[in-house]
Amino acid sequence: MFAEFLQYLFSGLTAGSTYALVALGFTIIYNASHIINFAQGEFLMIGGLGSVMLMQYGLPMPLAIVAAIVLAVLAGILIEKLAIERAATNDIVPLIIITIGASLFLRGGAQFFWGKSIHALPAFTGNTPINIAGATILPQSLWVLGIGAVVVCLLAWFFTRTLTGKAMLAVSHNPNAARLVGINPRFILMLSFALAGALGAVAGAVAAPITLTVYDVGVMLGLKGFVAAVLGGLGSPLGAVAGGLLLGIMEAFTAGYISSEYKDAVPFVIVLLVLFFMPSGLFGSRATERV
Amino acid sequence: MGWLKRIPRPGLIVLALALASAPLIFSNPYQYDVAIHVLTNAMVAVGLNLLMGYAGQISLGHAGFFGLGAYVTAVLSANYGWPVYLSMPAALVVVAVLAFVIARPILRLSGHYLAMATLGLGILISIVLRTEAGITGGPDGMMVPPISIGGTDIYDERYWYALIAILLVATVWLALNLIDSPVGRALRAVHGSETAAEVVGVHTLGYKVLIFVVSAVLAALAGVLTAHYSGFVTPGLANFIYSIEFVTMVVLGGMASTYGALVGAVILTLLPQFLTGVDDLEMMILGAILMVVVIFMPTGLVPTLARLVPGGRR
Repeated sequence: MFAEFLQYLFSGLTAGSTYALVALGFTIIYNASHIINFAQGEFLMIGGLGSVMLMQYGLPMPLAIVAAIVLAVLAGILIEKLAIERAATNDIVPLIIITIGASLFLRGGAQFFWGKSIHALPAFTGNTPINIAGATILPQSLWVLGIGAVVVCLLAWFFTRTLTGKAMLAVSHNPNAARLVGINPRFILMLSFALAGALGAVAGAVAAPITLTVYDVGVMLGLKGFVAAVLGGLGSPLGAVAGGLLLGIMEAFTAGYISSEYKDAVPFVIVLLVLFFMPSGLFGSRATERV
Repeated sequence: MGWLKRIPRPGLIVLALALASAPLIFSNPYQYDVAIHVLTNAMVAVGLNLLMGYAGQISLGHAGFFGLGAYVTAVLSANYGWPVYLSMPAALVVVAVLAFVIARPILRLSGHYLAMATLGLGILISIVLRTEAGITGGPDGMMVPPISIGGTDIYDERYWYALIAILLVATVWLALNLIDSPVGRALRAVHGSETAAEVVGVHTLGYKVLIFVVSAVLAALAGVLTAHYSGFVTPGLANFIYSIEFVTMVVLGGMASTYGALVGAVILTLLPQFLTGVDDLEMMILGAILMVVVIFMPTGLVPTLARLVPGGRR
């Protein structure tokens, strides 16, 4: 009974840390620009599928993963430079459509160049399950949890201790005031897309041995990351992490105790309920509209 | 050309004439088949354009309404033996009720939250259709009986083309009248500034709900027709990617332009026909179109071109 519970908790936490990393990617871009980047899931795809493909070209795994992360960062920068910056609009609908276009473009590109088959990245340190109080956990799950935690700590350090990180926070609070003190919002916007690309690719690569990877793996992962970000309250990094973990755990418990078929429905039911009853998410600040 | 002004809705007459004369260039059932897809997509796009272009509310879940409409009529007629002339309106009523119930909480949201909520709703519908295999046949889909008139089943593409063309003209007429009515003016006010509209006494939520229901029912109508025409439904009809395609049609043709939505539907439905042999590029091209249109023609194809014509009206 307890072992079962623990088992679901482990798998929930593993999936949840992936969602948390995706949600953080959404949050970083949202804070710099109030844009929701629907191509965030494609960064995960580049991280996972890109690593597999680069290994097929003969690169050793660590190098392939680093190269895939670089690829995702480049994709992020290109989206920002070639599409977002040129559109020069603050309207939400066109910006949503641009990032959806970018996601289709990246997904279509992956399908065209890398094919439609499903691949598995080898686990980083073997596949022998570790036994904890009757429940088992894969070594790769520990990697996901560990790297997730390290990334969150690094981000916290970056945003509170470095000048660039503080500049990004300043832009998220008030772009005009930030400009007045000499911060270049365009650079910050580009940096946020690069950072989101890196975050997505890291999540995609560490999760790929468990989730497997394919050209359209980013659709569901991206949407669930978005749900996690909304759940926690858009723009709140702490909320993104909490939302991601919560989502993963609820998904795992639904799959275990209620219905495994409706596992994928959980995030969307939750987000609809949260939006209906707490429209600014669990940790979001109450919105006031200025006219 | 002064006499033209006296004709009500010249665009509608041009559309009707174009639809009536298009069969002259069709030579085989396949071309009718493609044309029917263009028309059903156009129906969804015209409805979605009311919501996006005039009420300024995004929906990333309209394929959900399309698929739900298709499945309700499919299940009622195939599993419960309802006659098609009852199952089709029943499907529209079901979608209308769902849209009405969900509209109030959903349309209180705006921007990204609204996008998320509509997207979530669409995906939930497609998950339910896929999972409730006992009723819907699951991922494999199910057969749908054809429409029959006087005991004769209608399979001929030409009849279907005529039926759907007439319904599309009626849809466009409805949309144009809605836009020019007080409802349309109120909607444009909502789009401009919701707060300002409320201050001058526009019941914004009520109008948004009305348009949301109308656009959902039009999507369902297209789904219902598609189900009986093709004789087969799969959960893929409600796929997220189709919601995106509908949005693309509206944006490509031009938001707040009913004829733009038609043009967008025509281009996007015909696109795969021109890409045969390079099917794998379709998704990339779709993505590129979306980005290029929003960046270089933010108002969409038809309004952009209309502005190039001297004296042209939008």
